[in-house]
Amino acid sequence: MNAFTAALADGAVVAERNLIKIKRLPDLLVFTTVQPVMFVLLFAYVFGGAIDVPGVDYREFLMAGIFVQTVAFGSTITGTGLADDLQKGIIDRFRSLPMSRAAVLVGRTTSDLVNNLIVVVVMSACGLLVGWRIREDVLSAAAGFALLLLFSYALSWISATIGLAVRSVEVVNNASFLWVFPLTFLSNAFVPLEGYAPWLRPVAEWNPVTAVIAAVRDFFGNVPPPGTPGLPPPSDAWPLQHPVIASLGWIALILAVFVPLAIRQYRRAATR
Amino acid sequence: MSPPVGTSPYRADVTSNAIWAEGLVKTYGSRRGSVRALDGLDLAVPEGSVLGLLGPNGAGKTTAVRVLTTLLRPDSGAASVLGHDVLREPGAVRRIIGLSGQYAAVDEHLTGNENLVMVGRLYHLGRRRSTQRATELLARFDLEDAADRTVKTYSGGMRRRLDLAGALVAQPRVLLLDEPTTGLDPRSRIGLWDVIAELVREGTTLLLTSQYLEEVDKLADTVAVVDHGRIIAGGTSDELKRQVGGERLELSVASAAELEAARDLLAAVGDAEPSVDVAARQLVVPVTDGSRALVEAVRRADADGVTLQDVALRRPTLDDVFLTLTGRGAEDGEADAVAPPAQRERPAARAGR
Repeated sequence: MNAFTAALADGAVVAERNLIKIKRLPDLLVFTTVQPVMFVLLFAYVFGGAIDVPGVDYREFLMAGIFVQTVAFGSTITGTGLADDLQKGIIDRFRSLPMSRAAVLVGRTTSDLVNNLIVVVVMSACGLLVGWRIREDVLSAAAGFALLLLFSYALSWISATIGLAVRSVEVVNNASFLWVFPLTFLSNAFVPLEGYAPWLRPVAEWNPVTAVIAAVRDFFGNVPPPGTPGLPPPSDAWPLQHPVIASLGWIALILAVFVPLAIRQYRRAATR
Repeated sequence: MSPPVGTSPYRADVTSNAIWAEGLVKTYGSRRGSVRALDGLDLAVPEGSVLGLLGPNGAGKTTAVRVLTTLLRPDSGAASVLGHDVLREPGAVRRIIGLSGQYAAVDEHLTGNENLVMVGRLYHLGRRRSTQRATELLARFDLEDAADRTVKTYSGGMRRRLDLAGALVAQPRVLLLDEPTTGLDPRSRIGLWDVIAELVREGTTLLLTSQYLEEVDKLADTVAVVDHGRIIAGGTSDELKRQVGGERLELSVASAAELEAARDLLAAVGDAEPSVDVAARQLVVPVTDGSRALVEAVRRADADGVTLQDVALRRPTLDDVFLTLTGRGAEDGEADAVAPPAQRERPAARAGR
């Protein structure tokens, strides 16, 4: 077995272990899904009337943003899960076994991907109930969901790096808010980019979350038809001209940086 | 003739010893300065034998185990397990060792069976063989009835047994147990001792750390006493016992004025000069025939008019070992190398040594 297949084989064993936990502790999943459902309802009914996006129903505009925000928050359980395993000495046990050094991380990020998939399914059902519709074909919809999950997978590796660095569940929770909140709010998730102050707008335009949301909106067809009266001129920022390429680029970049960083952190975390 | 524990073994011992370490140093940095967890630790455990690493909290026992199990890189020094260098061939070392740590590293949300099958699969035994091994081990550790319950419902003793079972999944030739019975009630402790003794009879090489003299006495062939990251004494447990002496007779008196008289009467019944803890008004002396010495001490106290608040006969503890070897009690500090030596006052009274 080479290093890569060993990481996958051992990672599958670790992922299976984590998934059993989801099954045994259903409350965990309930709470991770209640929050996004609450967001869908609050935004749909509280802001739904106040924020006007020309040419498209605000609830439809909103869904992609909430989807991305939800998977971003969902990815933070990677860090808390790893910190928990570190605190309980389970990482030490894993590290004393002749298994792949990457397996714990591969397994954890994979089981968290499954967790996020379940959350996305629940949210989609909730969205459909409040009037959200996918206006493109099945293939395009599948591409939208795939991009969403791929992005969450990349964010899981950021969370893993943080979780292994701070080593405490409580601190990971607090630290997660520090990066996920600005990342998801400084975007086109809840308000169109045109509403941003000129100095802040480039930040939002180059935010990876913005690119992913724009791409997912396109895939789901939740965008105003071109030529809608009152539509502001489209952003000419490069990531918004090519949202899919920009999203994939961001995902590749995040993985290229944080996969090695997390693995290094894993080796170091346990050698202290 | 003392085995090569605590002395510097020759390079040739790398191959003749199942566990070998020389000059291990590990320093932890902290805001208040650095702490030397290991300060030139040497170890040699011949194949098939049991070494008990005895020492208080913070002596460096766990750090030593972590180095030997590839979890920690020492700052300097070398170590090997069955001839495999822990730094250069960590993978080979992991394949042949079993580790059970101070805290049972089992997953609470999995059943006992699932925990062991997972470990087996991570040893690459394959799913079928792993399941088979799990069943064998659960039976052996008396966990059959609890096999399909989540570990959350297990008692402390059951968790430790499961953790130990996890260390044995791949039938390791070398086993490292870090304080396997700390925190267990006496009954679970004795149960675990039986299991460990059986493994040893089957020829497993074992390195065991403990804070209990009784535990290493029961399980180990050779004992090494660790203090401040180095071995301060070593030998067979009989040799250590001979050095430390047998039972202890402990007296406490009502007033400090009576300490002198109590010391004299203890000196008469004991094997050595009594040690006096002035603050606690307590005196201790090693004795040979415990009950005879006890009766004699009480009789003399009565005759001399010394008011005894408490009289007790007890087995020697880690503290007694340290008192004998270093002239001070075992420190229970958090590896703080610059802490004042002994918290307890142990004044004079040992002039005869």
